[in-house]
Amino acid sequence: MSSTISRDVIEHAPDAAADWPDRIYGLLKAYAIRQVALVPDAGHARLIRRCLADNDIRVVTLTTEEEGVALMQGAWLGGQRSVLLMQSSGVGNCINMLSLSTMHRCPMPMLVTMRGDFGEFNPAQVPMGQATQAVLEAMGTLVNRADKPEDVAPSVEATLKFAFNTFRPTATLIGQRVIGAKTFGKD
Amino acid sequence: MLAASGKLDRRELCRALLADRGDMLVIAGLGAPAWDITAVGDHKNNFPLWGGMGGAAMIGLGLALAQPERRVLVITGDGEMLMGIGALATIAIQKPANLSVVVQDNEHYGETGMQQTATHHGVDLVAMAEGAGIRNTMRVNTPEEVEPLRRAIHAGNGPLFAVAKIDAANLPLVLPPREGAILQARLRESVLGPEAHLA
Repeated sequence: MSSTISRDVIEHAPDAAADWPDRIYGLLKAYAIRQVALVPDAGHARLIRRCLADNDIRVVTLTTEEEGVALMQGAWLGGQRSVLLMQSSGVGNCINMLSLSTMHRCPMPMLVTMRGDFGEFNPAQVPMGQATQAVLEAMGTLVNRADKPEDVAPSVEATLKFAFNTFRPTATLIGQRVIGAKTFGKD
Repeated sequence: MLAASGKLDRRELCRALLADRGDMLVIAGLGAPAWDITAVGDHKNNFPLWGGMGGAAMIGLGLALAQPERRVLVITGDGEMLMGIGALATIAIQKPANLSVVVQDNEHYGETGMQQTATHHGVDLVAMAEGAGIRNTMRVNTPEEVEPLRRAIHAGNGPLFAVAKIDAANLPLVLPPREGAILQARLRESVLGPEAHLA
């Protein structure tokens, strides 16, 4: 058995008119972020393009998200600020590596685009999506949620401030209600 | 430098690789590599890991990208490298010229009862690194091959990936500081000066 559907049903990326990805990019610049580690997510596609186009930001595409946690530890040792961009499913890949942040008091801000959250189509996304916040908090991460477009930038700024001012793992979860506009394969 | 088995002694290997280290920064994977670099001499430019298994090479990458004028050496074990093997691809793509990763390969999980690792069964870490696109690789099996590796680490033609086959014996524990905040702060101060603590 099989069925054919539009890609819109399974891909989630911000509407072209949404400005929050550009506002996140502005915050990365304002907070002097020099290394951006990521496993791509459609929700971060525009932000990733902005970072790739910036010669002062080193984009490090990872094979698994926990590599990004370790990269943030190394960047901080060398005096550079970094962030980790990932989808909620990738949070599960980070659990043990997040011990580095607590062990060494290393700032580790994470910007997470949610799946398995609001109006999800794919049942495989639901278990990790529903566990994302609990898993992060279990590892000592301060978690902010953004479920409206206007909440994204303030929440990301709080996540950056809290990480670099208080030396710990922090995360903004960008809800699927924000990301979930249909993509029409364009973003 | 050889153990009774005819393989390299891990501590003698580390001592030789860290000779004339200059301002090189050294990350050591958890377990025996952390004890080894500490046995050579605890140092403000050492970052011995107590956990984060699979992350040593990526910590080295983040540090190497942040400090491109410094040599960065990651010394880790075969089990630790296997756990984070995808890092070879990530590092190959980033091409940090100042980063070297040396795997001390005893083909066993030495801290947990000497269970065999995949390298014992023929998995070839050098071939995996080359397959990832790391062109500068070395295999070290004899004392004569150690000094060329040391020189290659300082040459700055990285990323360099080397596997040194070592004797599997567990040696006496020589423990670094266990307070992770101190380990981080002392290395940051060494690299960035006192301003590191005001960042």
